Order: sequence, then structure tokens, then C-alpha cells
Amino acid sequence: MKRLVEYKSGIKDGFPIFLGYLAVSFAFGIQASKIGLTVFQAGLMSLTNLTSAGQFASLSIISVCGTIGELAFSQFVINLRYMLMSCALSQKFKYNIPFYHRFLIAFGITDEIFGVSVTKAGELSPFYSYGLMSISIPGWTLGTVIGVIFGDFLPGNIISALGIAIYGMFVAIIMPESKKEKSVLYVVIGSMILSCLMYYIPYLSEISSGFRVIIITIVISSIAALLFPVKGDSLNES
Amino acid sequence: MKVNIYIYILVMALVTYLIRLIPLTMIKKKIKNQFICSFLYYIPYATLTAMTFPAVLYSTSSPYSAILGILTAIFLAYKGKSLILVSCSACLVVFICEIILETFGLIY
Repeated sequence: MKRLVEYKSGIKDGFPIFLGYLAVSFAFGIQASKIGLTVFQAGLMSLTNLTSAGQFASLSIISVCGTIGELAFSQFVINLRYMLMSCALSQKFKYNIPFYHRFLIAFGITDEIFGVSVTKAGELSPFYSYGLMSISIPGWTLGTVIGVIFGDFLPGNIISALGIAIYGMFVAIIMPESKKEKSVLYVVIGSMILSCLMYYIPYLSEISSGFRVIIITIVISSIAALLFPVKGDSLNES
Repeated sequence: MKVNIYIYILVMALVTYLIRLIPLTMIKKKIKNQFICSFLYYIPYATLTAMTFPAVLYSTSSPYSAILGILTAIFLAYKGKSLILVSCSACLVVFICEIILETFGLIY
């Protein structure tokens, strides 16, 4: 019953994602109700899209009755980072896992699920991914629904406190490897500096957050790959 | 022309899913090229860091509570604590910090 063990461990590791998603999607639900989406429509969007920045951006297009092309393009640009994540994740699975696993797992590639699964030691079991997905996706959808219905009732300081959950989890993902590998620490420090520069410097700060992440990832990872090439099969040992 | 809301939802879901699906299904073999392997190895750390900083400072009602929260997370993660513990502790610190800030009228 190794599958069940993997599944349960995915659910356990996914709990911080659940908390973080509740908070973020709650905020999304409030926004969605403001432009007139019903509970069902907002919930359906969260369930089928499972992406924060993309969904927020879509609201501003939908609210002005933008074109489908405009919407598709904005989603493509904002969510392009998932393509990088998908590439990295492709190396974590056995090459011969049944094809339907890849189709299902692809649906769950979000910043958070990716972060947790790709940094897990050793080869990845699809069932671990399913565990992560089966707690995260309801969290994302549920938060949206609650946001639409109860947006004005929930105490603000609870929402505010939950807002940091995702970032706390990111730190917990990054830290162990940064302690172990100097090169990873340099990547973290480099990305932090570049990200702050791009965020605060005029003109550069007009780049959308999705693109900023892509640029930083490509620049910093390329430099690190040149300066500190990794030996052997470290994607699976990490 | 007014577009049906469900068509909007369908199109964005489709675009987003294809972005996620294509690399995962196209790249099946283990990549041998050392540069690409190293590049892929560093991706999560660069991505997650870029998403966290400086965005975390604006994730709560006040940058002060956010700074305390993220420092708590960094400290506990350094001590090797689990994802859940690190994440929940950061939330708790933010919660307490904001109650104190509110009491002194520093945020509303």
C-alpha cells in the first residue's frame, strides 16, 4: 500500500497550501462578487483554472467585456511560468509512468504544488501529487465560494494573518537545500536582490509579476547553471 | 458584443491547462545535458524566492507584521521545522502582531 502512504503524505504536506489558498482565494471571491460573478461562476472558475494571478487578471478583462483573444493572451503571459515548472517536474517522474498520470498531474501545477513536489527527495510518486492536489484544489475552490458569500462578514485580521501562509511555506521549502548547498543559497540571494530591484525601480516595476518571475528564474538559473553545474542525477537526489 | 461568462472561463482554463500539460507530456526521457539539468535544478529556488520577495511584505495588513511573520518562518525553517509548523507559526505571529498594532492604533 505504498500508494496510500504517498497519497496521505501528499495530503499532509498540502495542508499549508490549503490554508494559504483559503486566504488568497477568499480575496479572489470578494473581487469576483464585486464584478457580478455568481457563487457558481466564481467557484467554477477556481476549480477549473487553479491559478491566482491569472484569475485576478481575468476579472478586470471580464468586467469590461474584453475580447476572448485578449483574455487568452493575458492568461498565456501570466501563466507562462507554469511551462518552466512543468519542464522541471517532467524530470521528477519515472519516464514510463502511464500517460494519464501526466495528464492529471499537469492540472495541478501551481506555484505552491510545484514547489512542494519538485523539492521532495527522490523520484516523485503520482500519488503524492494527487494527495497535494486533493487538499489544495478544494481549498482554492472553497475559499472562493466563501469569499463570494461571506466577503463582508469574516474578520479582517484572520484573512490578513492567513495571507502570509503561502510565503511561510515557500521559505520552508527553500531553506533546507540552501543550508546544504552553497550554490542554492547564492541562487536564493541573487533572486531576492533581482526581484526587489525589478519591483522597486521605475519602468522595471511596470513588468507584470508573472513576467518578472519568469525573467528572474531564467536569468538566475542560467547563471547558476554556468557557474555551479550540478553533477550527475541531482534532480532526483535533491 | 457581450461574451458568455462560461466561454470566458472555458477559454482561460484551456489556455492555462495547455501551458501546464505540454512540457510534462512532451519531455519523458531523462535529460542528460548538464547545463539543462543544472538549470532545471535551480528553477524552483529562483522561482519561489522571486515570488516571495518582496511580495510577502504586502501580504498582510501591515509590512511590520509581515516582516515579523517572515522572520519567524525563516528562523523555524532554518531549525528544520516542517512546512505546516513554519507556515502556521508565521500566521500566528502576524495575527498577534496585528492585534498589538491595532491596540496602539498603528493599523486599522
